[in-house]
Amino acid sequence: MADKKLAIIATKGTLDWAYPPFILASTASALGYQTCIFFTFYGLQLIKKKLDLKVSPLGNPGMPMPMGMNKWFPVLGTTIPGMESMMTTMMKQKIKAKGVASIEELRDLCVEAEVRLVGCQMTIDLFDINRDELMDNIELGGAATFFEFAGDADVTLFI
Amino acid sequence: MAEFDQELDARGLNCPLPILRAKKALNDLGDGQVLRIMATDPGSVKDFEAFAQQTGNTLLESTEDSGEFHFLLRKNG
Repeated sequence: MADKKLAIIATKGTLDWAYPPFILASTASALGYQTCIFFTFYGLQLIKKKLDLKVSPLGNPGMPMPMGMNKWFPVLGTTIPGMESMMTTMMKQKIKAKGVASIEELRDLCVEAEVRLVGCQMTIDLFDINRDELMDNIELGGAATFFEFAGDADVTLFI
Repeated sequence: MAEFDQELDARGLNCPLPILRAKKALNDLGDGQVLRIMATDPGSVKDFEAFAQQTGNTLLESTEDSGEFHFLLRKNG
């Protein structure tokens, strides 16, 4: 069976949105796909050596909040200082309790499965990110690098 | 109980970990050997069917026993 190819563009840098690219990439690899993730804009947070991802209820009415908190603190309440770190802590506890993999674990599995991780050079420059802050085993490239892989990919996702 | 060559305990793990662990375990098996997987994720029932179909391995058996799911996966090639 000739390898299928999956190309993903990861643009989001929050704890919740870190899941789809790493879940899909690791699973695709297990199914025999050649896989590449192109990290751009806020997605670059996902390839930092030290992950510090957060989840925010702010501007996210779809986010289920524990103990009916969204009723006590409608909209404005989500801007209360400390709400973001509280929600992040709660989310991480839930992730652990439900046996869902951590982002670190999924990312390690992707690296192990030789998923190609490409950081967008332009946004790295734009945000003044030091190369040292990013994982060692990634490539850097631009739009043309992405298309070199994605041009004949079977599945291409923008996340 | 059916025979198997290796066993994988994926209980308590959620998608996609049972599949990823199974794939890893299969790497250590030879052609025709059988992996038994225990899981608690209800989504794994459909996922192991899909995994077998896409990887060319055979799902010999998929059973449920009081909230636990057991699979027998034969490695082909």
